[in-house]
Amino acid sequence: MSESPSGMNRRAKRLRAMLWSVVLIAAAGMLLPLTAYVWTATVQAQESSDAAAADGKNPRSEYWREVREAEPGYTAVRGQETAVLIQSRGQTWRELRNGPVTVLGAIMVVGMLVALAAYHLKTGGAKLEHRTGRKILRWAMSDRVLHWYTAVLFVILAITGLSLLWGRYVLIPAFGKEGFAAWANIAKPVHDYLSLAFTAGLVVMLLKWFHHNVPASYDREWFRQAGGYFGGGHPPAGFANAGEKMYYWVLVVGGTALVVSGFYLLFPNLGFERAAMQNANIIHGASALVLCTAVIAHIYLGTLGSEGALEGMISGEVDEGWARQHHNVWLEEVQQGSARPAGESGGRSAAAPT
Amino acid sequence: MARMKFLCDSERCIECNGCVTACKNEHEVPWGVNRRRVVTLEDGVPGERSISVACMHCTDAPCAAVCPVDCFYTTDDGIVLHDKDLCIGCGYCFYACPFGAPQYPQKEAFGVRGKMDKCTFCAGGPEGKDNSDEERQKYGKNRIAEGKLPLCAEMCATKALLAGDGDMVADIYRERVTKRSTRPQSWGWLTAYQEDV
Ligand code: SF4
Ligand code: SF4
Repeated sequence: MSESPSGMNRRAKRLRAMLWSVVLIAAAGMLLPLTAYVWTATVQAQESSDAAAADGKNPRSEYWREVREAEPGYTAVRGQETAVLIQSRGQTWRELRNGPVTVLGAIMVVGMLVALAAYHLKTGGAKLEHRTGRKILRWAMSDRVLHWYTAVLFVILAITGLSLLWGRYVLIPAFGKEGFAAWANIAKPVHDYLSLAFTAGLVVMLLKWFHHNVPASYDREWFRQAGGYFGGGHPPAGFANAGEKMYYWVLVVGGTALVVSGFYLLFPNLGFERAAMQNANIIHGASALVLCTAVIAHIYLGTLGSEGALEGMISGEVDEGWARQHHNVWLEEVQQGSARPAGESGGRSAAAPT
Repeated sequence: MARMKFLCDSERCIECNGCVTACKNEHEVPWGVNRRRVVTLEDGVPGERSISVACMHCTDAPCAAVCPVDCFYTTDDGIVLHDKDLCIGCGYCFYACPFGAPQYPQKEAFGVRGKMDKCTFCAGGPEGKDNSDEERQKYGKNRIAEGKLPLCAEMCATKALLAGDGDMVADIYRERVTKRSTRPQSWGWLTAYQEDV
């Protein structure tokens, strides 16, 4: 009996303590968040003193400068460049790609086509003046296989690549978005996978034909006469004339740019950042368009533009008359037996075409 | 017509990543794809600020301008969406986007990326029927069709992240700025909408 009052007392005490804790917790719950203001005030004070300290630099504006300059912060989201808030280079890339690359590229390629058509209509191309019937080996089988292998791949890559660049303006109006997307979905992987095969062909070709394309003293004369394309005689030329050598060196420089930039674009898994991909895309587009323009000229000059040239790349042999007309120095070398026959060491000799 | 916009109030964002989680959960976005992320600058030092960022649904969207298959479209509400059936995974939109919004499910050799995925402002995609299984699978939930706003902003505990009609969002933000007498810093608006609050 004597315990019960004290027991009740204790229970009351406990109840009171509980009540107080609830009130305290509630109060703390409401008041503690307000410390944010204290914190903010402290920070602001600190900021202003920092600002005074760091030679007038306002940390707040510093901060927005960081955002603008794409300085990375911290983010819990894993991934590449996820900590960068704004990248402004994308805008530059967009303007370059949709502007000069797309438009100037089109002007260049179409301009070359138009110029060649006009030239052909006017002059009819270079006719073979005198067919002797005597054949000279110009391209060994291995050269021809290499040429056509690389050529076919180039054309496929050009068509698929240009589809992605110009398709939106040319093919979508013709086939509709669905139709074009179906093609683009094929064109992209085809372009991506065949690029390796093309690279191999290009590299071997450039190495194999290097010795044909070393500039010679008479090349200056060829340029002086503008290759004889606009009247005049036939300027001197070795196995390759100066124009062809120029084409070769365009392939060396443009091809390297094309292949290296293409490598970046091909491997997004290697962790190249956006800036690298943007640059690579511009270089890839620009070099590809330069090469396309050069290749168009090359195709014309190898077919319609110069009668008798194509047979060299098909049967391997050219007419002696053609050689005299276009590659007199080479013909002399062949006839004196000093030329490496058709640039092929193990090939059959072409030095005695009687 | 409303012009939908996002605004993240950096004075309020506490980097809880609630928006990120809400988004991932609502749309069941695959592993490795993050439609929204929170970035903290000056992490751990006075002046630290956090910002939640996703596709801003730009005016004159850079992604749309460079897409080779032209698969982007802007809804009447100003939401920038894309058609995954057309996308070829070229990565161009990601190169062009100022905010790093486009995401790819893969990233493999030979340019294999898979179909691009990005924030849809919870507005699904171009599938005929809103919230059809197909739409949900490809683009996630279509809350806009249900008259709801993006879940990230709805879930934001501090209401730092605002989503909705641009004018209303701007009004709310301006009121806040006046009350707390800070300078307005409508992060990303100039870049995305070519105008400030
Ligand atoms: S934020 Fe990026 S993905 Fe979104 S509309 Fe703008 S450019 Fe396109
Ligand atoms: S990744 Fe897809 S959406 Fe992006 S630009 Fe390429 S095709 Fe268009």
